[in-house]
Amino acid sequence: MKPLEGFTILDFSQFLAGPFASLRLADMGATVIKVERPGTGDSYRTNYGPALKFNGNNASYYFVNRNKESVSLDLKNQEQREKLIPLIQSADAMLINFRADVTDRLGLDYESVKKINPSIVYGEITGYGRDNPWKDRPGQDLLVQCATGACYLSGSGSDPIPFGVSVADEFSGMYMAQGILAGLYRRGRTGEGCKIETSLAEAMLDIEFENFGAYLNNGRKLSPRSEVNGVNPCHGAPYGIYAARDGYLALAMTPVPELGRLLGCEPLTRYTQKADWFDKMDEIKGFLRDHLKTGTVDRWLQILEPADIWCARVYNWEELLETEGFQSLEMLQTVEREDGNSFATTRCPIRIDGESLLNEKPAPAIGAQNQKYGMAN
Amino acid sequence: MMKLLEGVIVLDFCQFLSGPSAAMRLGDLGARVIKVERPGVGDSGRQLTLNNLMSDGDSVNFQIINRGKESYAADLKNPEDLMSVRRLIDRADVMISNFRPGIMERMGLDYETVKKTNPGIVYGTVTGYGTEGPWVKKPGQDLLAQVISGAAYLTGDRDDPPIALGLSLADSITGTHLAQGLLACLVRRGKTGVGGKVEVSLLESMMDLQFENFSNYLNRDGQLPQRSKLGNANVDLGAPYGIYETKDSFIAVSMGSVKDLGALLDEPELMGDDDPMEKRDELKDIIARRLATDTTAHWLDVLQKGDFWCGEIYDWDQMVRSEFFTALDTLIDIRRPELEDPIWTTKCPIRVNGKRAGAGTFAPRLGADTEKLRHEFGL
Repeated sequence: MKPLEGFTILDFSQFLAGPFASLRLADMGATVIKVERPGTGDSYRTNYGPALKFNGNNASYYFVNRNKESVSLDLKNQEQREKLIPLIQSADAMLINFRADVTDRLGLDYESVKKINPSIVYGEITGYGRDNPWKDRPGQDLLVQCATGACYLSGSGSDPIPFGVSVADEFSGMYMAQGILAGLYRRGRTGEGCKIETSLAEAMLDIEFENFGAYLNNGRKLSPRSEVNGVNPCHGAPYGIYAARDGYLALAMTPVPELGRLLGCEPLTRYTQKADWFDKMDEIKGFLRDHLKTGTVDRWLQILEPADIWCARVYNWEELLETEGFQSLEMLQTVEREDGNSFATTRCPIRIDGESLLNEKPAPAIGAQNQKYGMAN
Repeated sequence: MMKLLEGVIVLDFCQFLSGPSAAMRLGDLGARVIKVERPGVGDSGRQLTLNNLMSDGDSVNFQIINRGKESYAADLKNPEDLMSVRRLIDRADVMISNFRPGIMERMGLDYETVKKTNPGIVYGTVTGYGTEGPWVKKPGQDLLAQVISGAAYLTGDRDDPPIALGLSLADSITGTHLAQGLLACLVRRGKTGVGGKVEVSLLESMMDLQFENFSNYLNRDGQLPQRSKLGNANVDLGAPYGIYETKDSFIAVSMGSVKDLGALLDEPELMGDDDPMEKRDELKDIIARRLATDTTAHWLDVLQKGDFWCGEIYDWDQMVRSEFFTALDTLIDIRRPELEDPIWTTKCPIRVNGKRAGAGTFAPRLGADTEKLRHEFGL
């Protein structure tokens, strides 16, 4: 039995953050019912500039809404909104990520919903928090990354470099899923519901907590990114990605003199003071960069791996898919689409009781389950 | 009102970041978390510093990851200690470990053995690359899992070498998934009384983190995505999405139609019908040339008046002075009692009924609670 079988989540959220939270709950067995606008649906279906479309819609919509159901109704219409009451009454949790004033205007705020279902676990994701002076700013992934200092962590040099993954959306969704699950746990014991909130900004600060903590506790001194092969400004040499003659390899925390001896890079053997590995990281990494260029990735790995040095070849996805290591994870699944086609995507990354959690439902057409839930027209 | 996970006992056998961060989140939500550590050294994270920062014998970073926990020192190779840990496990609701596959089995602390005496336990493990296959013994370290997962080809620009995500995000996302699996099994246990086993790995979690871009790739006839020539922020989003240099600093330009942007910037070259994805690099070049002619403040004003999504790019000095950060009220001092210097960190990102989850407590010294726990649980 999947752990969340029998639980129903009513999901008003759009784009990525909220739907990513409900995806995980769906992966683990919950019934997720999306509430979408008639006609256009979740705005992520028509998100601007996607690299891939299915049926004219943003393919990402399908990836993040796999295994969910959909009802469609116009939330601005009072009569239609009343049709939601039975769904709200029978839901275990609900999820929303509109701007706070929109949520309030639609009568979907916690206080109003609680009157209909006092034991509901209510989740709300915002960009910067409900009462924040920035509450009216767009809570968009890139913009929140940029506001939270995240562009000065990756790579080398002084120019801002954002994360090429939607981490603000994804982590806020993941924290929301945690909060909802903890809320459901208590509800199972006491019957009480609760309101769970998180924001993209708080999620960013949380994933930055190690490095931001180093900033806060180091006299609020910014750590410049390493000039040579920067990866994480707070880790000393050799931490980085290095070019070999035919590709790249990464080196993680490793005693520098030992690395020097193994690789035959004599200058490294002189750095016997551990504090220097951080304080003189660019100097050390410079020697290493020049040395590693002279051999192939294979050659270096053949020396380092048997010595239990933390190192790895840098793969792109094409190379990764060919590896036995990746294939043995059976990380991919095929999900059917309602038009008879199907697509490949990843599965839930969590295994429960030794089993992978695969999806049985496609991503829904707008209002696909209207009849089932008494929403017809 | 009781905390969400009040009364839940979590045993944390993990080291470093991924597992301990999951246990910390359960602690934030009200669980009681007990670290089980080797006498003498403890969690190796105690000595793993960021910026060489130490306090009171432990790295500042360790204290940030393990705030609010207790510490029980036990040598799992010593039969007496092992017996006491077994007794502790029988009283626990959750236990997590991140040893290499096989080690817990050797000590008789694997799920099959543990559930014989505690059928309700929710048992979590973290590995680098799963429990079977040729990579079982590969070191499960954040940067290594990132570069193996293909993530180094998403950040940075077209002509850059591979660039990793500059935070320990493989660890963070894996810890997050672990916490979700544990919580879901606790929810199920509330209905069935039976525990469960939760397994996560750094590589699987990294694939989930990249699931949108990676799934695009899987369904696109083998074409690898390209980072844009300049200001890349997402390989699968067209112009104008990205960051641009202005006369005095930088600006982020988010989603929106290139034509609308062209009208606001008064740039006729952007007013055509070019596809924002196919012509991404050409369009971004034109936008970059235009934005370089004036200041960030000027362009923010122009774009915000036109409701075009854009923003400033802060470093942490600028962020901590900004009104949004101040209003979040997110800083907390977790120094150990009677120490002089504060240790600042951020609060839990989850609010429950309007209140920040998580107490302002400190990380334990190694074995600080051993005697107390022995007495309390009759170990």
